[in-house]
Amino acid sequence: MLILECPYCGVTGEETEFHGGGEAHIKRFGPGSSDDDFHDYLFTRENPFGVHFERWRHVSGCGKWFHAARCTKTLEVFGTYSAQTTEPPSDLRAAISDKRPGWTWREFS
Amino acid sequence: MSDHVTSALAGAAFDGFVQLREAGACGMITLRGDFSSAVFQKAVGEVAEGAGVPKTRQITTAGDSAVAWMSPDELLIMCPHAEAPARAAALAQALSGEHALAVNVSDARAVFDLTGAGSREVLAKLCPVDFAPGAFKQGEIRRTRMAQVAAAVWMTGPDSFRVVCFRSVAAYVFGLLQASAQPGSEVGVFADT
Ligand SMILES: [Zn+2]
Repeated sequence: MLILECPYCGVTGEETEFHGGGEAHIKRFGPGSSDDDFHDYLFTRENPFGVHFERWRHVSGCGKWFHAARCTKTLEVFGTYSAQTTEPPSDLRAAISDKRPGWTWREFS
Repeated sequence: MSDHVTSALAGAAFDGFVQLREAGACGMITLRGDFSSAVFQKAVGEVAEGAGVPKTRQITTAGDSAVAWMSPDELLIMCPHAEAPARAAALAQALSGEHALAVNVSDARAVFDLTGAGSREVLAKLCPVDFAPGAFKQGEIRRTRMAQVAAAVWMTGPDSFRVVCFRSVAAYVFGLLQASAQPGSEVGVFADT
């Protein structure tokens, strides 16, 4: 069971009050992009055993979408942050480095 | 129009180890906009008898009105059912120059009242929320999951709660509360707190 804190209403709730929205920070490739880019945009995902970044929605609460950084190995949640960003905030990345030295996820570390 | 209004379950009632009553028709206005705007704050106060824009996860009351914090850009204004159309129109008028939206949604939801010392426990059986006396207090509103559906809960007195859910799941939520308040099913988890 994950315990997530919604950055919009401040509720610290258990997973069943939220709904997972898949991998975070996916760059969209739309009309005019190459077939390979469009294929990766639709289908290629990280599926890590360790540090992962996801989108979540506070579906039974305030209804807002946000981002979460967590560990798929231990279910530890490193932190949650605003949906209005295209990459994990640097302070959160530093906090993850303290706990998981040497972690990488896509171009982030 | 308003004299033909019926609430979702026509005043269903159950007496368990707490009293469960479906409240009658309740006026509700969904208001979205920028809480920091002075025009927005003034409009809310004028239409809600002086009840101000609540802080995060709080509910304010004045007279027959209540203003509940639903999300960072959404309030739920409650008032007598018959007054909701006029108050929604007054809000729309006051906010005509703002990026805001006021809609009368009075018939969208069902409203239940729980009364009695075991009310916290009835809710704690159904929601993933800490309802201990020190953790959940009057003035707070919590939107959460009640068994399999979304609901919102706040206190109307030291031992009483109001529960709202969507009208389409009114019978389901009434059944949940009824089962949770069944005599003999008391756990007494908050008895000493
Ligand atoms: Zn939230």
